[in-house]
Amino acid sequence: MSLITPDFGLLVWMTLIFGIVFFVLAKWGFPMITDSVQKRADRINESIAKAREAEERLRNLASEQDALVEMARKEQAAILKEAAASRDALIEQAKVQARDEAAKILDQARTQIAAEKESALRDVRKEVAVLSVAVAEKVLRKELGDGSGRDELLGRLVEELSSSEDLKN
Amino acid sequence: MIRSVCILLSFYLSLGVGAYGKDSSVSLRTAPYPGKGSPEESLTITARPDDAEVELDMDEYLYGHVRDSYEWHITTVKGKPVSIPLPVILISKTGRGVHVFSSRHLEEGEYQGFRIATEGKYENKIVERGADGNEIRPWDFSVTKNVLGLMINSILLVLIVLGTARWYRRHDASEEAPAGGTGIMEMMVTMVEDDIIKDCVGEDYKRYSPYLLTAFFFIFINNLMGIVPFFPGGANITGNIAVTLVLALFTFFTVNIFGNKHYWKDILWPDVPTWLKVPVPLMPVIEIIGMFTKPFSLMVRLFANILAGHFMILGVIAVIFLTAKMGAAVNGGLTVVAIVLGVFMDCLELLVAFIQAYVFTMLSAVFIGLSRQKPETN
Repeated sequence: MSLITPDFGLLVWMTLIFGIVFFVLAKWGFPMITDSVQKRADRINESIAKAREAEERLRNLASEQDALVEMARKEQAAILKEAAASRDALIEQAKVQARDEAAKILDQARTQIAAEKESALRDVRKEVAVLSVAVAEKVLRKELGDGSGRDELLGRLVEELSSSEDLKN
Repeated sequence: MIRSVCILLSFYLSLGVGAYGKDSSVSLRTAPYPGKGSPEESLTITARPDDAEVELDMDEYLYGHVRDSYEWHITTVKGKPVSIPLPVILISKTGRGVHVFSSRHLEEGEYQGFRIATEGKYENKIVERGADGNEIRPWDFSVTKNVLGLMINSILLVLIVLGTARWYRRHDASEEAPAGGTGIMEMMVTMVEDDIIKDCVGEDYKRYSPYLLTAFFFIFINNLMGIVPFFPGGANITGNIAVTLVLALFTFFTVNIFGNKHYWKDILWPDVPTWLKVPVPLMPVIEIIGMFTKPFSLMVRLFANILAGHFMILGVIAVIFLTAKMGAAVNGGLTVVAIVLGVFMDCLELLVAFIQAYVFTMLSAVFIGLSRQKPETN
């Protein structure tokens, strides 16, 4: 049966043709296609990895941001608290100072008033003394003028004066 | 895209069945296949209107369609065969030198001392007469129907693959994906590479992938062109044992030339009880036989599947002509059945065309993978 006996000529031709086809396709055909497809697959994998990484980083960024906001808020609260404290302290200090100042002014005024009063009293006293001397002079003159009992009176007066002087001293 | 493929397929199939029918009917009503024999013989299978006897030479009908021939018979118009004459290249074994002529000269009988044998060992092959009158087969390097078919299909394949490769050369494949024909080719190449080659060969698959891809697409395109019933197709190429033998030999040499130390050790000194190896080398002999049965099975599987497919389609179509003399009703009814069956068989053959290419490539990849296996470490 010729169907199952290979023909020599066809064998040779087939070897030649398949050899050429194989050579051409193996050199310029299939490697180009498979390499390109491989390259694309690599690139897709790489892109996926990169995307995942970016996503991860983004997620980290968000949490980082949250942390930052939290920190800022805390700091803000701290600053506010500090400001309030310092304000209170300042007011307190001012109050104390004002009180001290007021006290000082009052003291000053009091001493001044006292001094004024003293000086006024002294003036009054001086005036009274002058007046009393004048009155006494007039009385003395009248008493001494009629001459009776002048010496006695003089003596008593001197005595009184000296005793009052003693008393004074 | 699927729809367009379906439309193309149905168009292709309708053409296929129609042409099979036409071709057969014409060839049956008229002269036999060229080289068949004498004019008297042709009369017996002739169905002229005035001829009551319609005899279908089933053998000639079947084998004429599947065997190789020196010319490419396309159809027969009004009793005259329309065929493409092909170059005949012969080197005489009787010392008459090299002869190159057109196969047309052989239609009339002997030419330059060569003729097509009508019977005997070299039936349908060119023979010359030896000194003692015996038929001698010269070295025959004729471009036969199968050789021309191989050339056409190979050019087609090279154009398709290089065209696809050109797209990748002109585009940055990592930036964009191809569409259309290039996309289909990429899909198929990727399928063969990922499903067959990577899985079956193993680590160093890259080295074998060009050969296996070439084998797959070569077989696939020749299978497909074999189903096309008119000129550029229709040659029974992958159903020819010489073609599948060469393909199997390529796999055989790839396996055995690049086989590693472990592969040869497994053949010559397998891990079996020693009494199976010494003194009678039973296992080594079995393994060595196995070396040859593997490519042999590859050869026979592809050959037989494609040949059987051709026979089945031809057989289904033959029903139309076998029932021609049974009356219009029977013949008409069976013609419808034959066409429906023919469409079915053509669809089946499309599937077989793919499956056989796939199986050949996969088994080749498995054999290569086995020859590259690393010893198991316990």
